[in-house]
Amino acid sequence: MRLINQQLSAPLATALKFAPFALLIFAYLLGSAARLAENPNDKLLPAMSSIAAAVDLMAFTPDRRTGDYLLWTDTWSSLKRLSAGLGISTVLALIIGIGVGILPFLRALLVPFVNFVSMVPPLALLPVLFISMGLGEASKIALIVIGVAPIMIRDLAQTVLALPREQIVKAETLSASSWLIALRIVLPQVMPRLLSSLRLQLGPAFLFLIAAEAISADSGLGYRIFLVRRYLSMDVIFPYVAWITFLAASADFAIDRLRRRLFPWSELEGSR
Amino acid sequence: MTALTLKNVWKEYGDQVVLENLSFDVAPRSFVALVGPSGCGKSTLLRLLLGQERATRGTILLDGTALPQEPGPDRGVVYQKYSVFPHLTVLGNVMLGPELQSERIWGQLFGAARRILKDAAQHMIAEVGLAGSEDKYPAQLSGGMQQRLALAQALMMKPRVLLLDEPFGALDPGIRSDIHRLMKRLWNELPMTVVMVTHDLSEAFTLGTRVVALGRTRTLPEEAVRYGASITKDIDIWPPRRAGGDTIFQTEYALGWDDLTPHAPPTGRPDPSTEI
Repeated sequence: MRLINQQLSAPLATALKFAPFALLIFAYLLGSAARLAENPNDKLLPAMSSIAAAVDLMAFTPDRRTGDYLLWTDTWSSLKRLSAGLGISTVLALIIGIGVGILPFLRALLVPFVNFVSMVPPLALLPVLFISMGLGEASKIALIVIGVAPIMIRDLAQTVLALPREQIVKAETLSASSWLIALRIVLPQVMPRLLSSLRLQLGPAFLFLIAAEAISADSGLGYRIFLVRRYLSMDVIFPYVAWITFLAASADFAIDRLRRRLFPWSELEGSR
Repeated sequence: MTALTLKNVWKEYGDQVVLENLSFDVAPRSFVALVGPSGCGKSTLLRLLLGQERATRGTILLDGTALPQEPGPDRGVVYQKYSVFPHLTVLGNVMLGPELQSERIWGQLFGAARRILKDAAQHMIAEVGLAGSEDKYPAQLSGGMQQRLALAQALMMKPRVLLLDEPFGALDPGIRSDIHRLMKRLWNELPMTVVMVTHDLSEAFTLGTRVVALGRTRTLPEEAVRYGASITKDIDIWPPRRAGGDTIFQTEYALGWDDLTPHAPPTGRPDPSTEI
C-alpha cells in the first residue's frame, strides 16, 4: 500500500501526536544531565529542579522589591499591548480592507499605498517610534500595528475581491445600497477570513512586541527575558519562552474555535 | 406596449465587437429563450439587460423608459452558480431582499415586521418546494435545491423582468425536468417577463414562448474581431403559449423528456422502452 493511503489507528495517532514533545523534553533532560555532570554550576541547560524553583520564584512568590508576582504582571502588561495592537489592526483591516475591496475610489486611492507601506520593515522604524512617541505604551502598540495591519488589510481586500461578482450583482437586484452590500453581504463573508488572518498574525505580533519590550519597558514578558539574559538565567528564560508559546497557541486555538462557533457555514464544503 | 425594447444595440470591448446592431422587442409576460453557440454574446446581452454593463451604442428600454445604469430590484437574476449567499440560511436568503429594501440602515427587520416577512418567505419557500429546509445553509442543499432557492430569493422582489443565465445547465436531467415544471408554473402565475440564456435547445423550446438565436454571420478569422453576433433566428413557439392560460394543446411535457436515449444513434433495432 502506498504511504499516502496509510490508515492510522487511534492510539498510534495519539502517540505520534505526543512523540515530538516527549522527544524534545527527553533530549533536554539528557543534555542537561550531561552538562551538569561535567560542571554542576552550568547555567546553559539548568536541571528541572532549578527551573521549577525559578518558576516558583517568578510566578508564586511576591517580588521582594515591589511585592508583585512578576510572571503575572509581565503577562498582563504584554497582553495589554498585544491585544491593543492586534485590536487596532483588526479594526483597520476591516474598515480599509472592505472599503478597498468594494469601492473603486478607495481601491485607486489606497491599494498602491498600502502595498508600499506593507513592505516597510517595521523594526527599522522602531527608533523613529521611540523618538516620536516616547518610550511608553504608544510606541510599542504602534510597532505592532505597523507590522501587522498592512498585511491584514491586503489579505482582507483580496478576500473581498475574490467574492464572486455574481453575488454583488445579485445583491443589487435585491435593492441593496453600497452600504448594505458591505454590511450584509461582504462583512459576514469576510469575517471568517479575518479571524484566520488574525491567527496567522499572532506570531509576527509577538515578535514585534518582544522586540519593542527588549529595548525599553519596565515590565512585560520580552522585557523580563532580556533582563535576566544578563545573568544567563536560562532557568527563567526557558519557562518564559514556553509560557509565551503557550499563550500564542491558546489564542490561536481559541480564535479558530470562535470562528467555527460564530460562522458555522464557513466550515461547510463548497461554501467558498 | 412592450416590456423590453432593444434599439440598434452594439457592445464592443476595445476592438472586439461582441454584439452587432441588435434590435428586438419583448412583449410583456413572454418567456424569451436566448440560444446560440458559446461565446456568441448571450451572457453579454443578459448583462446589458441587467444593467451590469452598458451598451456601447444603442438604447435599451424597460416599459418604455431607459434602462437604469445599474442593476436594481425591477430586474431579478438567477445565475448558474453563486446566486445565493453561502452565509445565510434558506430563510435568511429568501428574506434578504425585502429586508434590504425596507430597512436601509441595518438591512434587518425585527419584531412584527419580521414575523410578517417570515410568513411571506415561508410561503415562497413552500412554493418552490423547499419547505422543511428553512434552517439549512446553501452548501447543505443539492444543486437543484440551490437553484430553487435562487428563484425564490429573486421572486421575493416581485421583479418585472426575471433574467436567467443558464440557470439549470448544471443539473441532472431528472432534477432539471422538475425545476422546468416549477419554472413554468411560476411564470404562469407571476406577472413577469422572463429572459433566459441557455445552450440547451430542448430547454429553450420547452419553456419559451419565443426562441431567439444569436450567432455570428461572419466567421472568417480576419472578420471575427470586427463583426459581432446578431440575431440569426427568431422563432415564436407554435402553438402560442400565453402566461396564465393554457394553449390549445396541453404543453406540459411528457415524463422522460430529458432522457437522451431516443436521440442516440440508431442501433438498427427499435427499442420499445424509449417511446415518449
